[in-house]
Amino acid sequence: MQIVIIGNGISGITAARHIRKLSDHQITVISAESDYFFSRTALMYIYMGHMKYQHTKPYEDSFWKKNRIELKRARVRSVDTETKTLILDSGSQIAYDKLIIATGSQPNRFGWPGQDLKRVQGLYSLQDLEALEKNAPDSHRCKRAVIVGGGLIGIELAEMLRSRNIPVTFLVRETSFWNGVLPQGESAMINEHIREHHVDLRLNTNLKEILSDDAGAARAVITDGGEQIDCDLVGLTAGVRPNIDFLSGSGVQTDKGVLVDRQLRTNIPDVFAIGDCAQQRTPIGKRRAVEAVWYTGRMMGETVARTICGAPMEYNPGHWFNSAKFFDIEYQTYGWVSGASSKDPQERQFHWRHPEQYLCLTISYHKESRVLLGINTFGIRMRHEVIDQWLTENRTVDQVVPRLGEANFDPEWYRHYETEIAQTFTSKAEKVV
Amino acid sequence: MNTLDSMSLAGGPPKGLKNGQKFAVFLGLSSFFIVVLAAFGLNFPNKGFWLTASLSGILGAVIWFSWIAYRDDPKGIKNHGVWFKSISGRGLWAWALGILITGFYIVLYFYPEYLGLVKDGPNRGLISLFDPLSRALSGNPASQWFVYGTLYTLAILAFGIKFIWKYRHNRYQQLRTMSVMFFQTAFAFIIPEIMARLNGDLPYYDLKNIWPLNYYNFERYRVNAFIDSGDIGLGMLIFGIVSILVITPLLTYFYGKRWYCSWVCGCGGLAETAGDAFRQLSDKSTFAWKVERWVVHSVLVFVVLMTTAVIYSYLGPDTSKYWLSKSQFLIGVGVLLTGVFAWVMVYRRSALKKDAIYGACGYLLIILGLLAIHFFSDSRHVFVFSSEGLRKTYSFLIGSVFSGVIGTGFYPIFGNRVWCRFGCPMAAILGLQQRLFSRFRITTNGGQCISCGNCSTYCEMGIDVRAYAQKGANIVRASCVGCGICSAVCPRGVLKLENGPLKGRINPHEVLLGNDVNLMELANQNSDSVA
Repeated sequence: MQIVIIGNGISGITAARHIRKLSDHQITVISAESDYFFSRTALMYIYMGHMKYQHTKPYEDSFWKKNRIELKRARVRSVDTETKTLILDSGSQIAYDKLIIATGSQPNRFGWPGQDLKRVQGLYSLQDLEALEKNAPDSHRCKRAVIVGGGLIGIELAEMLRSRNIPVTFLVRETSFWNGVLPQGESAMINEHIREHHVDLRLNTNLKEILSDDAGAARAVITDGGEQIDCDLVGLTAGVRPNIDFLSGSGVQTDKGVLVDRQLRTNIPDVFAIGDCAQQRTPIGKRRAVEAVWYTGRMMGETVARTICGAPMEYNPGHWFNSAKFFDIEYQTYGWVSGASSKDPQERQFHWRHPEQYLCLTISYHKESRVLLGINTFGIRMRHEVIDQWLTENRTVDQVVPRLGEANFDPEWYRHYETEIAQTFTSKAEKVV
Repeated sequence: MNTLDSMSLAGGPPKGLKNGQKFAVFLGLSSFFIVVLAAFGLNFPNKGFWLTASLSGILGAVIWFSWIAYRDDPKGIKNHGVWFKSISGRGLWAWALGILITGFYIVLYFYPEYLGLVKDGPNRGLISLFDPLSRALSGNPASQWFVYGTLYTLAILAFGIKFIWKYRHNRYQQLRTMSVMFFQTAFAFIIPEIMARLNGDLPYYDLKNIWPLNYYNFERYRVNAFIDSGDIGLGMLIFGIVSILVITPLLTYFYGKRWYCSWVCGCGGLAETAGDAFRQLSDKSTFAWKVERWVVHSVLVFVVLMTTAVIYSYLGPDTSKYWLSKSQFLIGVGVLLTGVFAWVMVYRRSALKKDAIYGACGYLLIILGLLAIHFFSDSRHVFVFSSEGLRKTYSFLIGSVFSGVIGTGFYPIFGNRVWCRFGCPMAAILGLQQRLFSRFRITTNGGQCISCGNCSTYCEMGIDVRAYAQKGANIVRASCVGCGICSAVCPRGVLKLENGPLKGRINPHEVLLGNDVNLMELANQNSDSVA
């Protein structure tokens, strides 16, 4: 059986690896982006000089041949689901028995005037990184950069540019950084930290227009406040959307992403979709229908491999978890902790922040049952396994808080704050009573 | 991929120095110039003054330079531009420095007279510059080794302070660095000199320098000196034996080999401080790993054979002088090795797989060697080699060329742990202990790995840490020195150095935490049965 996977990101590659473990099917992975699988999340470190491109490849180049996974560098122009054929940009065709669409995302562009000018770019692909290297090599050739969109990619781009001393203005639509996801205290702390890194953070500010110079490149932006900010680079980081334009006319049903059922099957037999580009017909629990996260891509890859190898399996993710790093502050989240602007009425939150350092934690729990709903930590590492178990066992917040030490994953000899956290929790509870 | 490969040419962070750093460079180079002048034979009038000026100038310059480098930035990982900088990215400065250090080692080991060493008479040149310090400590004039030891200690102290400042957010790194700074200064530098002053008959003994790293520890002249120096000497000799046979396995059982390699050892101390800027240069390929295992274990076999032969050669036919006769000693070594081997084969066979075969080969080689010593040698010869010849070969190839010239001289090209990884027999022994019976492991945090590669890139031992982390497997590797940098540079909090129960220490996963519980159980059961 010939299995073709479009996309060599974490989703497609995980699927390929697991199919190989489970079967002897022929596997072909097609990518327009790179010859080999690399870690997209590490792109920032190449620009910052922490790593070279080759360090971002999780497997040695010989791995693929050894495991009989054929890699093909090509762009798929269209899919003919009737004849089960892919048509490539070169015109040549590839036949498949089973097709996995794992084409990931592309940066959002919301129709801003000037969004297609030169030196306006997103940050998602290897090509975006190459463009950034040309557009913003140093602070002489890029005197200021404006970043539009206060999410994870936006703050990463800010960190990247600051590593080369490029002045950055960061336009954030929300009243506080990422407060659709983060509770107020945490979001406020990140605001402080962004400014500490000399980023000109503009909250509550939208992009209105990008102005062009004579050569058709960005020279300034206009904000919704009417202010003009001169710049040599505009980074558009207002989220991503599924990269599925090539599917139009293929008969594969799409909405924002490729519509799939719980077995990650599309409406067309033998065609599957996983990762950022897949959209669940019915969202799973509190999860979004489109989950553009490294971990969910990997999990879908693990799952779809089973289905394709004859043991049908539903995509049934466990407790939500995620992590990120905001400049120097590590962030981990387990379960559900609502953001400041999207708080669940049934949810109550306990927030603790260290008086001087960038350390904080938020525990969310059900108002009545006091069952643990989730934990966010900043600057404190938590043990995934322990919290996952607590969530599964429906522990209450009163059981969890005194035992936070068991979940600490900080390096040895680090100062622990569990006692202070527990004391704060108790004293706050007393006040409530 | 061209633009990505040439990224350092296209852009990069600001390379210029801040003003204070320029002054620090001026101070440092001027101070270093005093040493250079002395090396070229300039006879300084007031040596004590010029030596103090030079050494404190270098120390101050490094501290000043690093303080300015880190003071303005919030605490956190400081790896911006590592691959863009000439010195840490194998550029011109890296090669220049590599050649300079290599040249220094060649002169130090093989032509000390160029440094001013005079056999029967007062020192000249560089070595004479260090006479005042040496006299103050031990009462004796300096030797090339004293000069080397002083500069070595100075490097660990200066760059240790830089390292502590660089990792000021990380207490594990700080404590570890203070530890290597302490052990180098006290144990390797000051205590042996003072002991020499108190009791001139005692051999120079850095107590933390354990056989087989200290491959000459049981040579005749030393053993004689130990025995002739009364109770203290005898105590030191016993300590030397107990170190390798009892203390080492015990501490490695509880804490992993890191207790030695990145907390105590002098070679490790230099690698972790002065060599910190070069840790990313280690080769992570599978090929390098294969070479490493063969070379380092061959060195181990060689040093065991060599030491046995040397001791055998001076032991008498009876127990009158050394408590052990030739044949008792050989039988003792044979029994010890057989015991260890039998234990491994009985209790740890499953953990070894193919490795066991290699181990067995090495062991067989040693046993055959022992038998050969017994049957084909007189008191000076093993086969046709004299034990002295073996010792000289080892001392030249391993003790000088490998550990010094290549091991340290090539820091800026091959990374800071070339010696520890490919050549150190002590690391090999500790590695076997760590792999077979230690509570130490690096725990992977559930499903949080994003395969970014920072951990592997900054692993000085060339371990592909990511390969483990991305499959949720703990890292239990013989070569891991427990420096903790993988954990420090991880942006997602995935890695933690820990000591814990042996059960479940090695735990590969097919499907990672976060996915369907049933799928995880199903897949991971299968993988367990395969493993």
